[in-house]
Parts: sequence; C-alpha cells; structure tokens
Amino acid sequence: MCGIAGIFLKNPALEPRLGAMLSDMMAVLSDRGPDSAGFAIYGRGDADRRKVTLRGDSAAAVIAAVEGIGTELPGMVTEFRDSHAVVSIPVGDEAKLRALAATAGVQVVGTGERMEIYKEVGLPQSVSERFGLAQMSGTHAIGHTRMATESAVTTKGAHPFSTGGDQCLVHNGSLSNHNGVRRELIRQGIRFETDNDSEVAAGYLTQKLREGVGLREALQESLADLDGFYTFVVGTEKGFAVLRDPIACKPAVMAETDDYVAFGSEYRALAVLPGIETARVFEPEPATVYAWERH
Amino acid sequence: MVQFDLAARPLRELNAALHALPLNTNETHWEIINPDGKHAIAAGLDAPVTVEIKGNAGYYCAGMNQVATVVVHGNAGVGVAENMMSGRVHIRGDVSQSAGATGNGGLLIVEGNASGRCGISMKGIDIVVKGSIGPMSAFMAQAGNLVVLGDAGEALGDSIYEARLFVRGTVKSLGADCEEKTLGADERAILAGLLAEAESDASVDEFRLYGSARKLYHFHLDNADAY
Repeated sequence: MCGIAGIFLKNPALEPRLGAMLSDMMAVLSDRGPDSAGFAIYGRGDADRRKVTLRGDSAAAVIAAVEGIGTELPGMVTEFRDSHAVVSIPVGDEAKLRALAATAGVQVVGTGERMEIYKEVGLPQSVSERFGLAQMSGTHAIGHTRMATESAVTTKGAHPFSTGGDQCLVHNGSLSNHNGVRRELIRQGIRFETDNDSEVAAGYLTQKLREGVGLREALQESLADLDGFYTFVVGTEKGFAVLRDPIACKPAVMAETDDYVAFGSEYRALAVLPGIETARVFEPEPATVYAWERH
Repeated sequence: MVQFDLAARPLRELNAALHALPLNTNETHWEIINPDGKHAIAAGLDAPVTVEIKGNAGYYCAGMNQVATVVVHGNAGVGVAENMMSGRVHIRGDVSQSAGATGNGGLLIVEGNASGRCGISMKGIDIVVKGSIGPMSAFMAQAGNLVVLGDAGEALGDSIYEARLFVRGTVKSLGADCEEKTLGADERAILAGLLAEAESDASVDEFRLYGSARKLYHFHLDNADAY
C-alpha cells in the first residue's frame, strides 16, 4: 500500500498555495504510507539554467559537499533545504556537476528547468516540514507516501523517481517485468540509480519522450510494455498525467474544478482541498490515459 | 434526530454509539456531518435506525449492515455495504469498487455509477445501480439480483454460480460461463419489484437478463488432459 497525491493548477492565483495544498494531502495519506515520503514541485525556472536537486546523508553532509562543488563551479547558485540542496547552474555545466557530485558523495535526485524533488525516510508530515513544502509555490506537484513491502525503507527507494529533465513519476503497485525492461533501457542509454521497479517505469517514459513521443502516447504504449499492478502519476515541465493498470488494482480518485485537477489515492486526501464541495469527483477508468497540459 | 460531527469527534465514538443502540431505541434518526471520506462509517449496524451521511464516505461504509437504513448524500468508497445481511443502503452519488461485495441480503441502491467488481461474490443481496457499472462485476456471484440501468463493463458475471443480472444498456463483454437468459414472467416480476423499490420508472421491457450457463459446476472429463 502507498499513497499518491497530485495537483495540477489551472488558476495561477493558487500557485502560492500549491505547496500547502500538497502538504495537507500528504499528511492525510500518512496511514497509507508512513515509511518515507517525497514530492516533486514545478516552480520558477530560467531557460538558460538548469536546476539540480542534490541529496546528502544529512544537512551537514550536503552543505559540506555542495560548498566544495561550488568552488569548482563559480556560476552556481545554491539553496539548502535540510538534507537537500537545489543548485542552479548554466545549462552546459550539468555533466561537470554530475561528476563533482559523484566524487563528493551526494546523489542527484532530479534535474530540470523548473522541477525540484525532495524525499526522505519518515512520516510524510515531518518530511514536508523538514523541507518547508507548505511555503513552496508552483504550477503542479506530485507527492508520494510509501509503505515498503518489497524492498528496504531507504531514501533512495522513496518516490518520486526522475530519469529525465523535468520528468517525475510516482507509483502505487508493483511491476513484474521490470528487470527485463531495465536491461533494455540501459542499453538505450537510460541511467538508473536503484533496483526499484518504479524507477523503470520512469525510465521507460523518459526513453519514449526522448524518441519524440508525447506524454499521452508514451503512457498508452506502456500498457503493452509494462506488466504488473500500477497507478502512475507523472509530471513533466508542462504536463500532468495519470494511468491505472487494466484491472484497476490500485485505488485512484480525481477531482476537477475550474481552478485545478487533483489526484488522491483516496477521497480523504482530496477532502482537504479548497472548493472540493463543488468539484467533479471521479475514478479514472482502468487502462485509460488521463493527461493535462499547460499552454 | 441525533447529529454527529466527524470533524469534532472520533469515528470510533460514532460507531460505538450506533452499535450500542437497542432494537427498541428511540434514537432512530442520525445525521452525520463532515464525513470527509473516512472509512467504515456506520459499519456493523444492527438496529432499525436511519443514518444519513451528509457528504462523501470512504471505504466499507455501511458494511455488514442488518436492518438499518443508511443514506449517503454523496459518493462512497471501496466496498460500500459489503457483506450486508438486511436493511437498505442508498447512495446518492457514485460508488467505488466492490460495492455490495459478498452481500447476503438487503437492498443497495446507487443513484450514480458503480466502479469495477460491483456485486463481486454476491450471496443474496439486491443491488440497483441507476448509472453504469465497471468491469468484472458480479464475479463469482452466487445469489441475488443485480439491476443496472446503464451499461456494464468487461467480463460481466465471470465464473457466476447463480444470481440474476438485469442490464438495460450495453454489456461490453460477458465473463466465463455467463450467458443471456430468457426474461420470463418470474424474472419480470422480480425486476419490476426492485425498480419500484428503487423508485425508478424504467420499463421492464428494456432489460436483458444474464445468468449462469452452469458449465463450470462440474469437472469435465474432456479437460483431464489439461492438468
């Protein structure tokens, strides 16, 4: 069992409240996933620069490592949040930053123009508080609360997973053919950080998007290639999408108003949102792609 | 009327109070506000009372119900009225998966749509859905009646033992050992009675009946090679 929360805003006036909305939803989903939590949020960006989220074993470790990296990358702007650091670098410096991060012992959690990713072990509410989620603003965001059943409770196993720029995926369920798919994706040049099945789904979509396939079509094709139980919620720089497996094994409820589209594993997580009383509440159909795009 | 605010008091307190009601209670009408999708609201009732839930209920609402009437003025989550024995559960909105699962008796009415596995393993319950039902509904159904005014999803009545499945709209596909049956006088009377109970003006003539082909009841020697 896991919990998923996602929000895609249609009304820009709500952007300053996005983090608070997601934080409230994730707190409700604690009892579906008390082991660890994570979230991706799409905030401000600069087309000439790259945002990279780095994670260390502790706040002190990440500060020490990232300050060391900064001496090698003078154009780097850094913001520390607990065990994570979000650094902004010129687009061309990403490869150098990755090499420096590997040497310094910090993990690259995600990169992109606008996306930041945070994940830690612990109750969702405390994870949200450590990173100051409630104060964050953005256009869309996806959160996950994990109840580990198949692999260890570690930060690396926490969602969201990101295998491409501004792309993230959260997953409730388990995939049965992930090892075979992972081998094929590695051959095609996708990089994986863990042995986690959900990361393979993220990598699968990254590969499809690289090939020029749209998000909706990529998810449609995944129905034939990924085997197992899943509800996926996916974010890209402009898009937000949902897909359930053909027998709808894992729960999913959505709410749509003029102001937002929201996803929750259960209605309880949606009940905390403003205007929910008049929202259109529905369950996504099995094997059907739901996608929204910013213009 | 007794009003209970789930935003102010814990769910366990509500269910404990409802469970403690004697059969001759005078507190026969309860109103629950701020349900906000909480689980197991009004589950396990066994007194002739009416409980109205003003909002959306979560999982297993009105499960194991006996003689009570539960009305949800909103949607209900997974497993509403599961294993109901008797009484009446009325949902004004939509319901999630496994509505009325393993129900032995009573009547479940859904004004909106029901998701997949509606009436899974039903054992005597009557279910009337005024919208459509999702895939794999009435899986391994054993007894009772499922009435659907809209359409049915894939694999309706898969591995059905008995039970009558009345569908007014289209059926995407029938599951293993489920087949269309003749709508005879007895079945028409049962259907008319359920439509009247659910206050529907749909005509009996618009429905088709599905049930068990009974070919899975016994092992066929011809299949021995398959094992």
